[in-house]
Amino acid sequence: MSQMDTLLDKGKQALGWVDERFPLTSLYKAHLSEYYAPKNFNFWYFFGSLALLVLVNQIVTGIFLVMHYKPDAALNAAGVPVAFASVEYIMRDVPGGWIIRYLHSTGASAFFIVVYLHMFRGLLYGSYRKPRELVWLFGIAIFLCLMGEAFFGYLLPWGQMSGWGAQVIVNLFAAIPVIGPDLSIFIRGDFVVSDATLNRFFAFHVIAIPLVLLGLVTAHLIALHEVGSNNPDGVEIKKKKDTNGIPLDGIPFHPYYTVKDGFVAVVFLMVFSVVVFFAPEGGGYFLEYNNFVPYDALQTPPHIAPVWYFTPFYSILRATTSNFMWVLGALALIVGGLTVVSTKSKNVKALAVGVTAILLAGFALLDAKVWGVVLMGGSVMLFGLLPWLDQSPVKSVRYKGVLYASVLSVFVVAFVLLGILGTKAPGYAFFGLIPGEPVAAVCSVLYLAFFAFMPWYSRMDATKPEPERVTWK
Amino acid sequence: MKLLDKLLCVLVLSVGAVVSPVQAAEALRLDSAPVRLDNASLQNGAKLFVNYCLNCHGASFLRYNRLTQIGLTEEQIKDNLMFSADKVGEQMKVALRREDAKQWFGVAPPDLTLVARARASESGTGADWLYTYLRGFYRDDTRPTGWNNVVFPNVGMPHALWSLQGEQEARFVTKDDGHGKQVRQLEKLEITKPGLLMPEEYDAQVADLVSFIVWMGEPAQATRRGLGWLVLAALSVLAVLTYLLKRAYWKDVH
Repeated sequence: MSQMDTLLDKGKQALGWVDERFPLTSLYKAHLSEYYAPKNFNFWYFFGSLALLVLVNQIVTGIFLVMHYKPDAALNAAGVPVAFASVEYIMRDVPGGWIIRYLHSTGASAFFIVVYLHMFRGLLYGSYRKPRELVWLFGIAIFLCLMGEAFFGYLLPWGQMSGWGAQVIVNLFAAIPVIGPDLSIFIRGDFVVSDATLNRFFAFHVIAIPLVLLGLVTAHLIALHEVGSNNPDGVEIKKKKDTNGIPLDGIPFHPYYTVKDGFVAVVFLMVFSVVVFFAPEGGGYFLEYNNFVPYDALQTPPHIAPVWYFTPFYSILRATTSNFMWVLGALALIVGGLTVVSTKSKNVKALAVGVTAILLAGFALLDAKVWGVVLMGGSVMLFGLLPWLDQSPVKSVRYKGVLYASVLSVFVVAFVLLGILGTKAPGYAFFGLIPGEPVAAVCSVLYLAFFAFMPWYSRMDATKPEPERVTWK
Repeated sequence: MKLLDKLLCVLVLSVGAVVSPVQAAEALRLDSAPVRLDNASLQNGAKLFVNYCLNCHGASFLRYNRLTQIGLTEEQIKDNLMFSADKVGEQMKVALRREDAKQWFGVAPPDLTLVARARASESGTGADWLYTYLRGFYRDDTRPTGWNNVVFPNVGMPHALWSLQGEQEARFVTKDDGHGKQVRQLEKLEITKPGLLMPEEYDAQVADLVSFIVWMGEPAQATRRGLGWLVLAALSVLAVLTYLLKRAYWKDVH
């Protein structure tokens, strides 16, 4: 036996020793070397593994930031809050600190870009449809956690936008009837955003939410690997297997997708590096200019805008004025009426009438501010209903009709317009001509309508027959 | 990719292009600052900053010995720039007490280390704002300090560089803003009492001072850009290699 063979033999023995005690080989097979993914993944399928890459970036850079950051709102000898000063200490006095911090701050925005594109892929190819409902719901939970994580993290640099942004969002809870005002004080731990708020947000940002996030990511992947990945054709590759039980259109994730995603990761890192090294402020969208001023609880900035990734939902909140309640009422009546007309079940009819009546009463009795908050949160949650709202016989936009393609396009345009408007001060007009408020109101309605009318338009749509096998090249 | 996928790609990307900030017309146009981050400009800027700004404004995130990065030796720093600090590793703080400053100026002079980053807006960079601001002081007897500013109306700060620039007077005109509203607009600034420097010389000095403030906002910025090219070059090589690897593996996927 050569030396090489002896070594290999020793390696196999060691692996055998581990496998008797921990399912290492079978886990490796189940999730990598014998996890069969459809071979026809396209551009839109890059963003899942990229999200994982960005998550690792956030965790690793985050660990090093916590070594030097101090969650302390007290003023130092120069009259600057310690938390704010510790971020600048990282930027200047910690060797390599600036790169760690920019990787983390750019990573936050990159995370949302990647996740939004990942979610859009789901809308394109019906990735939320049976049997992937739980994959989708875990994904929505991850998205909610991510929003929480970003919100808590944004307070930590303790700049003007950190403090006042947190104040605005926490005050939204004050809109809840009866318990609201006390609840918002409970969340802040003080009457204004202060040291107490900073410390609890720090705890949530560095331990509570990341723990939940990692658990959810694991669940998302386990559920995905149980049912198998969808693909741009929206057909199940598990339906056609060879004699060994391997899907005919499937290829092992490792090595095929590990090498492909490896290349994609490098391309992504190049784009990412351009921002980190040449435009870390992202034109004031990734690091807001006003956040280079320490937080002052006595000086309200003239314009408080959330970071770009929250602005579509923030716009919906701002669009929900008392006049908008009439529109919402009409929308509820139409959807309720449509449900009653189109169902045969008496129970569903009764439920539809009941829910519509409660909504109408609520619209009439409660303040528009409450509904703004409900809509802002609800507009995120609505994604979770997609598996049950979509009644189309096919999954992928390739075989859905023109109707769905148009509706989805309108939804994307509305979403982006809401996002742009959310970064602008009230009274903003496109090109100084088209006032922003009515545009935001129309886009909010279109956003809601995308979900509210899906059970009907997805059925009306003229679909094409799905192919037997995936289409390829 | 199917045609439809491509169309949707184009749609998403073209919508993305609209996101670039749509700029609103600003009342005051900022002059573009000629920022130069070479050692000569930065050293002159440091001298001006220490002599004219550091009496009231701190730069508390910047240590004196960081100035070695702009080509000064620790000896030069100690002998020429340190008026209120003992050790060269100290931060650039002011002796002025914040409570006193607040009483004298109505507001405590803010720390300036990050001012170039904080003053950036849709109207221009932070440097543009500072460059226009420092050249925009004019005499105004209605103000407690006797000074006002075209960029920062009713500012608490008097003109710290008046001995260099001299005194300016502002001429305003009342104009219709196009919506039937009468607004006061700056027509021009005029030097009424010359200072030690000619206007062009003064502008050059302010440009150096602003350059220093820009450098101070992020001393690592030159390193950052330099390293960026290296990282991109390394990643390009890696991109080629990983692409070849991908192609080799995917040869047998039919």
